[in-house]
Amino acid sequence: MSTSEMTSVASSAGSLQQRVINDFSIQVATVNGSGSQTANNVLMRAIFQMGVPISGKNMFPSNIAGLPTWFTIRASKHGWIARKKEIDVLVAMNPETAREDVMSLAPGSVAVYDEMLRLKELRSDIHFYPVPFDKLVTPVCPNAKLRKLVRNMIYDGVVAYLLGIDLEEIHKALFKQFGPRKAKAAELNWAAVQAGHEYATANLTKTDPFAIERMDGNRGKIIIDGNTACALGCVFAGVTVVIWYPITPSSSMMEAMIGYLKRFRIEPETGRSTYAVVQAEDELAALGMVIGAGWAGARSVTATSGPGISLMSEFTGLGYYVEVPAVIFDVQRAGPSTGLPTRTMQGDLLKNALLSHGDTRHPMLFPSSPEECFSLAQDAFNLAEFFQTPLFVMTDLDLGMNNWMADQFEYPTEPISRGKVLNAEDLKRLGGFARYRDVDGDGVGYRTLPGTNHPSAAWFARGSGHNDKAQYSEREDDYIDNMNRLRHKFDEMKKHVPPPEVVLNEKADIGIVCCGTSRWGAEESRDQLKREYGLETSYLRLKAYPFGEELNAFIARHSRVYVIDQNRDGQLLELMRLDFTAEEISRLRSVRYYGGLPLDARTITGEIVGQEGL
Amino acid sequence: MSTTSSPAVKKQNRLGFETAAYKGGRSTLCAGCGHNAISERIVEVFYEMGVQPWNVAKFSGIGCSSKSPAYFLGMSHGFNAVHGRAPAVATGALLANQHLTGILVTGDGDTASIGIGHFMHLLRRNLPLIYIIEDNGVYGLTKGQFSATADVGSKTKSGVVNEMPPIDCCMLGIELGATLVARSFSGDKRQLAAILKACIAHKGLSVVDVISPCVTFNDHEDSTKSYAYMKEHDDPIHDIHFVPFFEDITVEIPEGETREVTMHDGSRLRLQKLGEDYDPTDKIGAINALHASAKTGNVLTGILYYDGGQPDMFEQLGMVDEPLATLPESRVRPPRAALQTVMEELS
Repeated sequence: MSTSEMTSVASSAGSLQQRVINDFSIQVATVNGSGSQTANNVLMRAIFQMGVPISGKNMFPSNIAGLPTWFTIRASKHGWIARKKEIDVLVAMNPETAREDVMSLAPGSVAVYDEMLRLKELRSDIHFYPVPFDKLVTPVCPNAKLRKLVRNMIYDGVVAYLLGIDLEEIHKALFKQFGPRKAKAAELNWAAVQAGHEYATANLTKTDPFAIERMDGNRGKIIIDGNTACALGCVFAGVTVVIWYPITPSSSMMEAMIGYLKRFRIEPETGRSTYAVVQAEDELAALGMVIGAGWAGARSVTATSGPGISLMSEFTGLGYYVEVPAVIFDVQRAGPSTGLPTRTMQGDLLKNALLSHGDTRHPMLFPSSPEECFSLAQDAFNLAEFFQTPLFVMTDLDLGMNNWMADQFEYPTEPISRGKVLNAEDLKRLGGFARYRDVDGDGVGYRTLPGTNHPSAAWFARGSGHNDKAQYSEREDDYIDNMNRLRHKFDEMKKHVPPPEVVLNEKADIGIVCCGTSRWGAEESRDQLKREYGLETSYLRLKAYPFGEELNAFIARHSRVYVIDQNRDGQLLELMRLDFTAEEISRLRSVRYYGGLPLDARTITGEIVGQEGL
Repeated sequence: MSTTSSPAVKKQNRLGFETAAYKGGRSTLCAGCGHNAISERIVEVFYEMGVQPWNVAKFSGIGCSSKSPAYFLGMSHGFNAVHGRAPAVATGALLANQHLTGILVTGDGDTASIGIGHFMHLLRRNLPLIYIIEDNGVYGLTKGQFSATADVGSKTKSGVVNEMPPIDCCMLGIELGATLVARSFSGDKRQLAAILKACIAHKGLSVVDVISPCVTFNDHEDSTKSYAYMKEHDDPIHDIHFVPFFEDITVEIPEGETREVTMHDGSRLRLQKLGEDYDPTDKIGAINALHASAKTGNVLTGILYYDGGQPDMFEQLGMVDEPLATLPESRVRPPRAALQTVMEELS
């Protein structure tokens, strides 16, 4: 880099003395199927091990190999882990996107690139670091077939040098990633890291201000994706019948679940499993099996995404009307139709709340983090079994498939609760029962399981009209009584679902409401609004539908309430419209993002500032 | 048919139950509907086999046939599910509690059209379940449209001629992995009862396609699923004698060759030759026989295929013996140390 270029850099990005420590983002642009995921995860984990809070967002195509993919690592000493829009350090490995990637950088950014791409001529206001990847990979990887995979590890070495990441931490992260059984592969990749680091040390002069320094922001933390966290939640909730049909982005939840079930749920004495896993023929069958299992008393689960949910509509209605517990994880992706299978969205809120024909309402839980994936998975089973109804756990691709920093999960303290099930002893005492009679006033009847050893245990589950004894009925009064009880049962759930997180700010005239992964952008946006615009806000993060009284109270306290949605039509706000008063609705404002990427703070801030006229 | 005398004479079965314990609600199907005869056979054989009524789970889809589980085994749990997808519900329920005796009653619309995908995958899994198709070639509840099992050239009551080849559910069953496949006629009480007993004794998936005439929409002259047609074209491949494991009575079988099969629970199946020899363990032979018979317009009935040596779905999955549904928390929630190990791995 010439002296004149340096000057322009210094003027736009600040002098080299004003270093940017632990507060920037790194984006690696590669081609999918090139093994870059390993290199990216190692880089992310090495920074994490240095105590710097991080987040990783993988933007990948719906394809196996050959299309562009971007991985963004954000390091934030403040602990902000939402996606950051601006890229500070680019590693340009994909010839197809390299020019566009470089052109989109802000002045003063960094571009590490394959020297063959000749990117330096494109601009003069960023820090370029060319690296001869092909030349470096050949000596460390004699096997030509493996070179494509090993090549990416070189940038870990280069970036480690440039940002001051401890090479020992890269080594530790790399060997953890490969595990003891793949030590040979790890050695090969380690050689590539070293080659990159040695080349950078000898040939590159650092001119940019970005650096990683050790801090103590991650004590006791783990790195995990939301799908794995959900899987663990189910395993520790005592799930017994697991049914799935592969679909992005939910497949990895089931694969993780199968892995943990094999480890922890095979009884050593017999070698037999305390669970059954079935890959069904389609999503219709998947939910049908879950409902059959729930009817017969198992804790049963399936996971899917929007297209699968569409197919599950019919069985969801059956589960609602017959009143059978079922837990369905919906790892939301961008629809409609096939949509963008590898992009994130909160696009199923409205649909799932009202899924299937006729009058139906279904509870939903909204985890925002791996910790909540784990804990709400357990709540999901308890609630579904208590209320004898299908329940949706609404995660999304961002939460499900990206790696997140999280606190270690706490072992469940509550015993597994199976709801209102009568056994043979109960029946002997009671003499009989009416399946759908509202004995306790909460709309939830008592049920028996098939196989209960008593002559009056049986009841007939039917999706057609029935009276409170589960007998076929087309009578007007039976129908209305039943539908009213079902609605009452749904409203009762408000008292039992996890309450929202509420932050009341006495100085605030406006409130922000969101659910799920919108949390991360929203929390950072509140900080931006306060620091940059002096705008105080209160905050309510929903963890469940039906919404409880807390939300009504929150709306009443604020003149304007911004409801954040990751979808085009403001679905979370629409759900509120269904049941709220005109006065409440008049206070609601909508903030929507639906580009398919994880929601960032700047988008929310810009929208609220605009609507507030600031 | 077993050697037991008729239920009317015998007051109680081996569990001490009378026939009444196996009856259900009053049928609301048309008088003379084949399905009612099938319900009667189910009551009869579950009684005679001494099956614990509250250990049975009944399943069905949607249609006339699927109403029938309300008309038998009133002391058993039942699940009238959605159209074509009862196999999914049954699969989940039996995985939750493998000790249940599962019986699924469905129709040709359920099985051969809307639910054929589920049916075909059920066949592959060898789930211990008795799958009965009450096959009348028409949609009854929607008033007489053709189903996918209607034969080429058969006419609806309104005169529409079916041009498309039928789906043979037995052929599919044999091809895709069902381990007991039979066809019968609702009017042949003796044969149907013997087949259903064999199904109860079988540990695996039994598929029984029962030609069950629809008296309202498909019992006319140009129908191939009418009582008259079946009486003329029913072509039994063997005479079935079922000897349950709990009755050690020698069956008197008239002259002629007999194949004997010992079933999973120790019951014996004696198949007495009628006309040409038929080997129900020969898959290709069974398929050939069905093809050959279809050309003649005759309907082969009997136990078309049997393979008692295949592991059932529970064995394939390596499940514990106890019902998963009621395993105690200590067996389904891993210990604290397990979570600690995982957390260490992820930190």
